[in-house]
Amino acid sequence: MIPTKRPKLELLSPALIKKIIAEALVILEKQGIFVENQEAIRLFKGARMKVDDSSQRVYIKPKLVESSLSSTPAEIKMYDRSGEKEFVVGGDEVHFDPGSTAVTILDQKTQEQRRADTDDVVRFVHLADCLDNIHFQSTGLISNDVPEIIADSYRLYLGLMFSSKPMVTGTFRVAGFKPMHDMLVAVRGSEKNLAAKPLAIFDACPSPPLKWSNLTTQSLIDCARAGIPSELISMGMTGATSPVTIAGTLVQHVAETFCGIVICQLAKKGAPVIFGGSPSSFDLRKGTTPMGAIETMMIDAAYTQIAKHLHLPTHAYMGLSDAKVNDSQAGLETGLGAVLGALAGVNVISGPGMMDFESCMSLEKLVIDNEICGMAYRLIQGIAQRDEPIATLLFEGFTPKMQFLSLPHTKKWYRQEHTFPAISDRDTYDYWVSLGRKSMADKAAEEVDRILKTKPAQVADESLVKELRKIMFADAKNNGVAKLPEIKR
Amino acid sequence: MSKEDMLSKMAKAVIDGDKEQCVSLAKDAIKKGLDLNEVIEKGYIPGVKKVGQLWEQGEYFLPELITSGECMKAAMQVLQPELKKAHIAVKSLGKVVIGTVEGDIHDIGKNLVSSILSANGFDVIDLGADVKLEKFIAAAEKEKADLICLSALLTTTMMGQKKLIELLRERKLYDRFKVMVGGAPVNQTWAYSIGAHGYAENALTAVDAAKHLLKK
Repeated sequence: MIPTKRPKLELLSPALIKKIIAEALVILEKQGIFVENQEAIRLFKGARMKVDDSSQRVYIKPKLVESSLSSTPAEIKMYDRSGEKEFVVGGDEVHFDPGSTAVTILDQKTQEQRRADTDDVVRFVHLADCLDNIHFQSTGLISNDVPEIIADSYRLYLGLMFSSKPMVTGTFRVAGFKPMHDMLVAVRGSEKNLAAKPLAIFDACPSPPLKWSNLTTQSLIDCARAGIPSELISMGMTGATSPVTIAGTLVQHVAETFCGIVICQLAKKGAPVIFGGSPSSFDLRKGTTPMGAIETMMIDAAYTQIAKHLHLPTHAYMGLSDAKVNDSQAGLETGLGAVLGALAGVNVISGPGMMDFESCMSLEKLVIDNEICGMAYRLIQGIAQRDEPIATLLFEGFTPKMQFLSLPHTKKWYRQEHTFPAISDRDTYDYWVSLGRKSMADKAAEEVDRILKTKPAQVADESLVKELRKIMFADAKNNGVAKLPEIKR
Repeated sequence: MSKEDMLSKMAKAVIDGDKEQCVSLAKDAIKKGLDLNEVIEKGYIPGVKKVGQLWEQGEYFLPELITSGECMKAAMQVLQPELKKAHIAVKSLGKVVIGTVEGDIHDIGKNLVSSILSANGFDVIDLGADVKLEKFIAAAEKEKADLICLSALLTTTMMGQKKLIELLRERKLYDRFKVMVGGAPVNQTWAYSIGAHGYAENALTAVDAAKHLLKK
C-alpha cells in the first residue's frame, strides 16, 4: 500500500524562514525587548544578558535563544479531566478549541450581542464538551454576573465543573494564577500529577511591539515552574503595532515569541511552551483587526511553518469570523481559517464559535463551526489507498448495468471515506421547503437546544465539585466578593 | 512665488503628506512676513479639509490621514512661536484635553483623534495612554479646556469614562467641560447612558462632533 500523503500548506521558502529568524535574533540582540517584570529581569541578568534597568529593556544574545529553543519540548501531551484521554500537541496534530475570550454572547432569540451570565457560560461549556470536533475546551466566555476581579478564575471554575476536555485558559491578574493552579491541582490530586498530565494551557500575550508586560511575564514564569504549558500569543497588527508587510510582522512575531520562550526556559528548563499567536491584518481604513482576513490567515500559517522548522508545538487563532451574525461571511471566514489552519498543521486552533473580532461567542456558530472542523479533519486525513489493487477488481466483469450501491466494497468503506454533516443542507429543494425553509443558523439553533437537552453535561464528581467550590469561594472572599451566582442545574 | 501660489502649495503639501515641504513653506511665509493666521486658514486648513474629503470618498486610508495630521502639526510648530512673538492669538476652535483612560495602554485610536482634531484647528493637549482620571480633571482645569476626550479600547476600562463623569458631577464641574467618549467598545447608547455630551465613531466624525459641542 502506498502511504497516505498528509496534505500540507507551506507558504514560506526555506530561505525566507531562515532570514526571518535571523532578523528576529538581530532585533533581540541589538534593539532589545521590554520585559516589565522584576523576576524575569533577574533571570535575564542571571543568564548574563545586558539589561537596561531604567527602561526594563533586555538584550538577548542569539546563543541564549538557541539554547532555549533546544530545551523546549517538541510536543506536549495534554490530558482530559479524567487523566485517561491523551492529546498530542505537536507534529501535525490538529485540535480545535472555541475562540477565547468573548465578552459578549450573541443572543439567539434577539440576534443582539449582550453580556453573558453564569448560565450562558455553563451552557457554552456544556455544548463545547458535547461537540466531537472540538477537542479542547476553552474558557471562551466571560461571566458578567461576577465582579471582574475574579473573572479569570471563575471561568475556569465553571469549565472544570462542566467539561471533561482539556482547557485553554489564562490569567487576567497576577494573583489569578494561584486559585487557577489550585483548581487544576484539585482535579489531578497533586502538583506533581498535574505537571505529569497537563490539563490546561495558559495563554500569555506580549504587547506589540516588542514588550512583555508584568502580568503576562509572570504567567509565563508561574506556568513554567508548575509544568503548565504556556501558549505565546504574539499579536501584531500590520501597519499599526507591527510592520505593514507580512514578512515584517513575522520578524516581530518571531522576536516576541523567542523572548517568551527564553523567559519560560530560564524559569524552568524544559518547560512546555506553544508557539502561538493572534496577529491580524489591521484594516487601515476602519482601524479594526479582522481575524477573517486572508492576510491574517497567511501570517498564522507562515509563523506556524517557522515554528515547525524549529520543532515547536503551534497554536493560532483561526476558524473564526468578524461577522456580527451567522451569515455567509461567518461561514466563509471560519471555513477558510479552519481549513488553512488544519492544512498548515497548527496543533491548537482557537476560533470556533467566535465572531466580531474575538469579542462575541455564538452557540449556534459553535455548532456550525463544529461541522466545519469536521470537514477540515477529513481533508487532512488525505486520500488513502484502501485496497490493493485500488479498483481494478471492482470492474471485473463490468456491465452497463453496473452500480456500486449494493457492493460490499461500498458498505465496507463509505463511513471512512465520507463524512455526513449534521446541519448542512443536502436536501432536495422541495423537501427543504416542506421542512420550513430553514437556514443553517435556524438549524444550528435547534441543534444547540437538542444537544443541551439530550446530552448530559460531564459534571465533575461531587468531591471535586466541593473542592473547586472551596477554592473559588476563597478566591472570591479574598477579593471582597461575598456572594457568587447560583448555578442552575 | 505669489501668496496664492504659496497657499495652494501648502494645501497640496498637506494632501501629499510632504512634511518637509510643509515646514519649508511655513518658514518662507514667516520670511515674507505673510499674515500667519491667513496662512493657516487659507493654506494648510484647506489641505486638511481635502484630506478629510478624500477619506470620506474612500480614497485615503489611515496612513494618509495620520501623515497629513503630522504635516499640519509640523507646520504649526514653526508658525506658533512666531505668532506668540507677535502677540497674535492663534485662532483655535477650542481647547481639548485627550487621553486613554487608566488601565488601558492602547492609544492608536486616541492618537488618531488627537492628530485629526489638532490638524483641524483644535488646541489639543494629549495626556497619552493609561491616564489617571484625576489627571484628566487637573489638566482640564489648568488648561481651561473646553472639551475632555476619553478613549477606551477595553470593556473593562470603559468604566473609567463613566467614573470621570461622576467625578465631574461630584465636583460640580460637569457644566464646565464637555465630555466626549470613544473607543472600540463604546457606542452612542453607552455615551448617552453615562451622560457624556458627545460620542464619535471615528476620528473624522470626532471633528464634527467636537465642533458641534463647542458651538456655544
